[in-house]
Amino acid sequence: MSAAPPVKPVDTSRRPGLSMEAAVQRRARLAEEMRVSKMVRRLVTPEGAAIQLRLGSASERAGAFLIDIAIQWAIVIATFVGLGMVIGAMSPGSANVAFAFWLVFFFFVRNFYYIFFEIGQRAATPGKRVLGLRVAARDGGRLTANSVLARNFIREIEIGLPFQFALMGGDQFGAWMGLFGLLWSGVFLLFPIFNKDKMRVGDLIAGTWVIKAPKAKLMQDITSAAARPETGSRFAFTTAQTDAYGIHELHVLEDVLRQSTPEIKAQVASRIRAKINWTRTEGETDLAFLEAYYAALRRRLEQRILLGDRKTDKYDVR
Amino acid sequence: MSDLLKSYRFREERQADWQRLDLILTKAENGGVKKLSDEQMLALPRLYRQAVSSLSVARSISLDQNVINYLESLCTRSYFFVYGARTTLGERMMMFLRQDWPAAVSQSVLATLLAAFFFFGGWALAFFLCLQDMEWYWTFHGQNFMEGRNPDATVEYLRSTIYVNEDEIGDGQLTAFSSFLFNNNAQIALFAFALGFAFGIPTAWLLVYNGVMIGSMYAVFWDKGLGYEFTGWLMIHGVTELYAIVLSGAAGFIIGGAVAFPGGRTRLASARAAGQKAATIAMGCVVMLIVAAILEGFGRQLINSDEIRYAVAGSTLIFWLGYFYIPRKAPDA
Repeated sequence: MSAAPPVKPVDTSRRPGLSMEAAVQRRARLAEEMRVSKMVRRLVTPEGAAIQLRLGSASERAGAFLIDIAIQWAIVIATFVGLGMVIGAMSPGSANVAFAFWLVFFFFVRNFYYIFFEIGQRAATPGKRVLGLRVAARDGGRLTANSVLARNFIREIEIGLPFQFALMGGDQFGAWMGLFGLLWSGVFLLFPIFNKDKMRVGDLIAGTWVIKAPKAKLMQDITSAAARPETGSRFAFTTAQTDAYGIHELHVLEDVLRQSTPEIKAQVASRIRAKINWTRTEGETDLAFLEAYYAALRRRLEQRILLGDRKTDKYDVR
Repeated sequence: MSDLLKSYRFREERQADWQRLDLILTKAENGGVKKLSDEQMLALPRLYRQAVSSLSVARSISLDQNVINYLESLCTRSYFFVYGARTTLGERMMMFLRQDWPAAVSQSVLATLLAAFFFFGGWALAFFLCLQDMEWYWTFHGQNFMEGRNPDATVEYLRSTIYVNEDEIGDGQLTAFSSFLFNNNAQIALFAFALGFAFGIPTAWLLVYNGVMIGSMYAVFWDKGLGYEFTGWLMIHGVTELYAIVLSGAAGFIIGGAVAFPGGRTRLASARAAGQKAATIAMGCVVMLIVAAILEGFGRQLINSDEIRYAVAGSTLIFWLGYFYIPRKAPDA
């Protein structure tokens, strides 16, 4: 697998008709796109099709870990409290045996919680599931049980070791040893931040990585609303009008239509009307106008794509 | 605008199949493969291939973000399902016990010998130092009195720690103690494995340290003429337990060796291959330590005869050696 080719920002600052402010904004957007594209890995399936996998970021991983830790503690504390209540009614002998079993249970919760969930069909702990993450083999192959074991046994030095050193104290010498050990073990803890694949030491040893695989929902195509005959006759855009914007603006418009409030839609509609010199006709709603313009713009841009011409945004004038 | 967009028509024709695949996947993810009907199982590969080809076409002709995101997610999910592992947890466990674990151990004889060298080296070092001068015991153990098992104790007291009186047992304390020891030892074993990543140096230190702890204690008993009895007390479960600690050290060395000396492979590929093998061994150590805890909790406290203790120790050793190193026929795949 190789990194997806990064989007090269085109220097457009000296193009005519592009204000300073717009140029700064555009450059920031391209930088952001570049940053996101660095997190994307291509996986070529045996069918020869490429799937794009997005790596889970360090903060998502940390968030998932915190959720899992909270669940583990909840299990441990709940069972301990439950044990405490039951133990009062027991003879000292069976109370000891019950405590012994709880200790073993504690060990398994501590070390096998992650393994139990990651070995399953979804390859994700509850924390990872909440954040849409899952574990995958780095070579795109099958995630083996051995990999899951390896990546989770290593957790002991990534979390346990810094924690132990942080608690180490005592005399002068002990405190210095603790500090030194904390710095040393901090390398393991912070390992994911310093490599481009965001791998933990455990991922490195196990040959895995954590990817973002959220479930997406298929929504209505916006152009299906614009295809009604009465709207078709009302909105007839010229080629010049549909050439005003590019793919980036089309995608922003899609987001606006799918999820924003009527006020924002009204603002966007009036800005587009001004840009393409569209005079508002009698009884024309903002929503209908936006949907119709979206359909016309998409049609025009898709036509150009078929001829090998991707107009990335409105500054892309060719 | 009477005619529809090409990309919209493309989607209209295929979306029923996409949604069908989505439904099958959701069902399988929630309830496992067994929930799927035969018809769904048969449809899955075709629907999967269709979704993958839809995705590559959609990327080149459609500008509908939602469709592309949806297909991207659908294909990722179905890829992991179609090419994912299909074995159940029980099958994996059997596979581990019958094949993976003994194979991993028997392939790592050198690392095992190295780990044994460090552990028993520490043991011998502490043992001979303590025999020469018992002050060393306090250097090793600090102010930890080890339940009175120290050089100041009398022979009678030391003897009493080795054997258990009939009327003392039965309070379940022994079970609690051995489960505590299991926790402790299993955590140390996993630690020794994980520390291997730092080129195995901390693993070696951990092995020597544990060797020193036991060796110095051994010297105390030996000095008082209780060497034979103490060996029986220690080895009834110790064969299994110490073997597990040595193997976990070996797992650490395998990783450390692979990271430090990757040979012809890249460091990543080498770490990866070693990690899989070493993790299998470490998992096995946890199993061995459970066995050791059972032997310790019940066997040691109920069996007070030295001969039987030695017999149990000997037969566990023969069992483990046979299990790990006797070559076996590869199971038919």
